[in-house]
Amino acid sequence: MNKLPLTLKNVTYHSGGKQLLKCNATISEGLNTVILGPNGAGKSIFLRVCHGLLKPTEGQVEWTGKEQDANNPNQAMVFEKPIMLQRTAEANLAYGLKLRGAKRDVIKQRVLQILRRVGLTEAAKQLATSLSAGEQQRLALARAWVLEPDVLFLDEPTANLDPGSTAEVEIIIQEIRKSGTKIVMTTHDLGQAKRLGGDIIFLYGGILKEHSSAEKFFDSPKTIEARAFLNGEILWGQY
Amino acid sequence: MAGTEDTANNFLDALLLALDLITEFNAGLIEIVSLSLSVSLSAVLIAASIGLPLGAALTVYNFRGRQISIVLLNALMGLPPVFIGLTVYLLLSRSGPLGALDLLFTPTAMIIAQAILITPIVAALSRQTCQALYEIYEEQLRSLGATPLNIMLTILWDARISLVTAIMAGFGRAIAEVGAVFIVGGNIEHFTRVMTTTIALETSRGNLALAMALGIILVLLSIVVNGVASVTADSVSRSRANR
Amino acid sequence: MGTILSTVINRLILIAAIICSTSASAEKVIKLASTTSTENSGLFKFLLPKFEKATKIKVRVIAAGTGQAIRIGRNGDADVLVVHHPPSEESFVAEGFGLKRHKLMYNDLVIVGPKTDSAKIRGVEEATIAFSKIASSMQLFASRGDDSGTHLVEKEIWKKARLSPQRTRWYLSLGAGMGSTLNIAVAMDTYALTDRASWAAFRNKKNHTILMEGDKTLFNQYSVIPVNKKKHGHVKYDLVKKFTNWLLSNDGQNAIRDFRIDGKQMFFPNANREQ
Repeated sequence: MNKLPLTLKNVTYHSGGKQLLKCNATISEGLNTVILGPNGAGKSIFLRVCHGLLKPTEGQVEWTGKEQDANNPNQAMVFEKPIMLQRTAEANLAYGLKLRGAKRDVIKQRVLQILRRVGLTEAAKQLATSLSAGEQQRLALARAWVLEPDVLFLDEPTANLDPGSTAEVEIIIQEIRKSGTKIVMTTHDLGQAKRLGGDIIFLYGGILKEHSSAEKFFDSPKTIEARAFLNGEILWGQY
Repeated sequence: MAGTEDTANNFLDALLLALDLITEFNAGLIEIVSLSLSVSLSAVLIAASIGLPLGAALTVYNFRGRQISIVLLNALMGLPPVFIGLTVYLLLSRSGPLGALDLLFTPTAMIIAQAILITPIVAALSRQTCQALYEIYEEQLRSLGATPLNIMLTILWDARISLVTAIMAGFGRAIAEVGAVFIVGGNIEHFTRVMTTTIALETSRGNLALAMALGIILVLLSIVVNGVASVTADSVSRSRANR
Repeated sequence: MGTILSTVINRLILIAAIICSTSASAEKVIKLASTTSTENSGLFKFLLPKFEKATKIKVRVIAAGTGQAIRIGRNGDADVLVVHHPPSEESFVAEGFGLKRHKLMYNDLVIVGPKTDSAKIRGVEEATIAFSKIASSMQLFASRGDDSGTHLVEKEIWKKARLSPQRTRWYLSLGAGMGSTLNIAVAMDTYALTDRASWAAFRNKKNHTILMEGDKTLFNQYSVIPVNKKKHGHVKYDLVKKFTNWLLSNDGQNAIRDFRIDGKQMFFPNANREQ
């Protein structure tokens, strides 16, 4: 499926009179793209602009060179804190499929299948909000996965999880990728970026400083900011 | 009820009288209680079918004048019943624009007045409830591909238990309200006489103990309706969490 | 969704039923706007079943002050009035809103007050003197202050007594109905002017009693006035005519005579049978 590349053309995003993002970027098919950067670098805004939740102040977001909207590929996003609808786990999964007009029996089958794959079969009839944090995040991934998206955006998917749950989530992320979905994710866990990342986009102060393969980025970062970031230094000041 | 003569008018007497009236299934009492209930529940039904979507729409849709609408809605919550009563009276009067409908001094007129009284309450309170849930849900639902209409319906469904509170606030105002129904209903015996207008009437007749007893029954009635509503909402939510 | 839907449907049916029951007033129903005294004393509760039995016509009573009742008639929101303030009634007829004014019955107004009677009006024969004594001893007086028939008579008495108490501290202008005024009079130990029937039916008298009665200025005439079909075409004059005819007939007049509160006659029929 030729839904990518995703291109950000001279995109800026302003809020409250402040410029929070300014970049050109191209995200292509293939391995996972990981967005890195210190807190406040604009990672979440970057994802939201790509996903279409935020409209860029200037510039365009294009899929395969055409402007967004009508020919948007099927895409989904999982947020840092899983937002569960106050319904059962399976109703949460069915929600997006219903919006896409899927048939009842198709929905049922897909939901059960995905629940099994994320290990939540038992929880199908439970109220989603009553699940543990780890289970909720897996359910959130399942809710995105069940839509069989071309692109899946993940915003710090393991930020609030213990190591066990983190491992489970990472396995699911890899499985989703194997099923043919492009993953674009943010993280502040450098280990995770190394484990999952195919290419790295490094943001700093809302500006794209580097975009290279993971190997290259971790071995020989080009910018001072990236080097400092990788060395675990606190980065002061804008730019 | 006319047989219940005045005795000392302290609260205990009123309480005993209330118990008497309830236990003997006083026919007059049943009549006014059922009219009170059917008028106020009808008004609530109308108010909910307008107020809930309105509250949700004001949350989800961003349009010019939205902020003003919200301020206005909140202000309308404080409309004095007598003012609404007079307005409806003038509209429905034979000399008014809707006079040909012949609705003045009927239960329908009372339903209209109460619905006008409580629709802003239901709408404003459900907007608050929806707003709280919207702030949590918005990005997630949009991400899943929901249109504003989808979001509206989802929020109304998921907030249904809290929304019962908004509806019950409206019901409470309606059933306890006397100014508007007195004016547009006329307090006609066996026809438009409800709990509150009877209380007013018995007070003016100096039957203070009876008026108090009716007041106590009104409170009990309100408690029962609220109890039924919250139990129903609870069981509905449990059995249908999996929509 | 099923249960919710079915309750919704049930409610709608109920509303429809209520609406139908009102529009089914194609059955024989007339609306009567009356003073509070006639309704609150229980007179109509006593009279109307007899009339309904005789004619199968249902009468719905809207009780209001005389001023308000006349306004209801003027707007065409009632078919017939029973009120008690002759000057207002005459202009109502003169302006064409009322068809004709029929004298129906009378009773009288009385001055009630605390049994201690600090103004010493007990046994006084003229209302103007009683009012003067209340004024000179500066005892509290509770006035309806609502332009009702009773209030209008009260104002006339103050005028005749050449007093204008409206700005004094002992004169309480309440803007309230008869019942509320009496409740306040009892609670605050004040004097008040009321009609005999309202007082007799009032159940919160405590230490209050009738202190002054019998002056002819306190005479209180009630009339029945059909609303003019020429002004309001929807008025059910044929039914109203049966109602007024019955009230003015021997049957109606006797029924009025038979109405008692605590064994005492409250209204005295005096229809002139010229119609």
